[in-house]
Amino acid sequence: MEKQKLDFLKNVAANIRLDILEEVHAASSGHPGGSLSIADIMAYLYFVEMNVDPKNPKMDTRDRFVLSKGHTAPALYATLAEKGFFDKSELKGLRNINSFLQGHPDMKGTPGVDMSTGSLGLGLSTACGMALAAKIDNKDYRTYSIVGDGESEEGQIWEACMFASHYKLDNLCVIFDWNGLQIDGPVAEVMNPTPHDTKLEAFGFHVISIDGHDFNAIEAAFNEAKTVKGKPTAIIAKTVKGKGVSFMENQVGWHGSAPNDEQYAQAVADIKATM
Amino acid sequence: MADKIATREAYGNALAELGDKYDFVVLDADLAAATKTGVFKKKFPERFFDCGIAEGNMMCVAAGLAASGKVVFASSFAMFAAGRAFEQIRNSIGYPHLNVKIGATHAGVTVGEDGATHQCLEDFALMRSIPGMTVINPADAVEAKAAVEAAINFVGPVYMRFGRYAVPVINDTPDYKFEIGKGVNMRDGKDVTIIGTGMMVAMALEAAEVLANEGISARVINIATIKPIDKDIILDAAAKTGAIVTAEEHNIIGGLGSAVAEVVGEGCPVPVVRLGVEDKFGHSGKVPPLLEMYGLTVENIVAKAKAAIALKK
Repeated sequence: MEKQKLDFLKNVAANIRLDILEEVHAASSGHPGGSLSIADIMAYLYFVEMNVDPKNPKMDTRDRFVLSKGHTAPALYATLAEKGFFDKSELKGLRNINSFLQGHPDMKGTPGVDMSTGSLGLGLSTACGMALAAKIDNKDYRTYSIVGDGESEEGQIWEACMFASHYKLDNLCVIFDWNGLQIDGPVAEVMNPTPHDTKLEAFGFHVISIDGHDFNAIEAAFNEAKTVKGKPTAIIAKTVKGKGVSFMENQVGWHGSAPNDEQYAQAVADIKATM
Repeated sequence: MADKIATREAYGNALAELGDKYDFVVLDADLAAATKTGVFKKKFPERFFDCGIAEGNMMCVAAGLAASGKVVFASSFAMFAAGRAFEQIRNSIGYPHLNVKIGATHAGVTVGEDGATHQCLEDFALMRSIPGMTVINPADAVEAKAAVEAAINFVGPVYMRFGRYAVPVINDTPDYKFEIGKGVNMRDGKDVTIIGTGMMVAMALEAAEVLANEGISARVINIATIKPIDKDIILDAAAKTGAIVTAEEHNIIGGLGSAVAEVVGEGCPVPVVRLGVEDKFGHSGKVPPLLEMYGLTVENIVAKAKAAIALKK
């Protein structure tokens, strides 16, 4: 990747991280850890990979995105605002009674949100429906979905994988955000869903494993996914929960709690130091 | 009365027939032969998608298709649609108010020999508790077909219940017209009103005949749309006849009887006596003895009608 493009993406991702922190701090609740872990992938999806138009969020030919791990809505909202789907000033309203930014994504209320999600295990199936619709109508849009590693303990994720493979949904790209932590502790200790790569291969997926914070690897994976025919692609993205904030990284406690004023200032300083 | 036809047969035939006129897709969960969506599959294989035995995934796939502009029918047995996939319907179809039509067959004890695990008696209660969900329970094959077409033309989620058991055709009249949300006065009367839904409407008409022979004049109303329920027709019946009996092949908790009692209690309080399955699970058996076992009979409607009249002040 050219340096200019890399710098641009790093800057977008840093802004997304700052906005995630602002949202969660303003709301005094929300899920920063898993939002920060997907910030780089979100930046790449919305600023390079996906065909979307913030002026026309329902554009028929747009690529679709389903945040199956809907609790990391702060990352989606930050990305949509960064892209221009709505004004950044809205972000402070996260989880507020007067805001359209619900605790979990609401496709009816928020411009750019393609599917309401939040109850884990459901989103990937809806993404399969979108990909199938494209096949039925011979449309060439692609559908992307981010699934949590803990979320893959839900049986329906595997029902969806079976479906995607059975109907040869090569226009579907599933990203597994492998940050290794869930509410009750390390995913490997709570209910180990590994090995993911061989399981997904057995379910009929083309599987690519990457470092989910390496833009060169992210780019290569999405480009490879587009060349795969006859089967869906799964990108297993190894990430760091709380990525970019020194005291949040790999700390399970930051799954679903908000920073206080002091912690917020430190977190912002951590991100700004990388810019 | 004409022949007896199961409403599931009418459902499958309607899908196949209306498939020429409308662009929709049909999903099933390995029950196409039983739900009768197989009739559609045979005619329009490119618009039929079997989801296998994975009802939760099917409902969410339906949501994704609908979010991409498709009109979608998703079919399974009522137990596995309203029951197994309740949360998927609530969160992925109901909350975003997506254009999915749920065709739920094999509801109630008339499933017969398969028994309690397959005899869904809670689907009205579950489905009508979801905001914005329309709930339809056709009385016969004529109404079932009309309901399918109405659902296609209606924008929003619809739950439709169909039965396995062949029931009499009662709506084969030249002026029959189906409208979502409208009840139909099937017979006029002044002493009591029997409000039925689904296959209980034919029994309600028979019960009214028995009552007439005993000098009791009973109005009969067919409520095919459980939600949104026709308040006007219910309140008029309450005001004019002063007593109501409801009849449904569903738990007496949460279904038609509850919905009618809510309307009557708030709008025109008169006695409401509910006939249905009295908070029990089903049982294996042939349908006629099952209907006897659970009191889903003409005789019981007559008895409940008299009980309702006796409660009048």
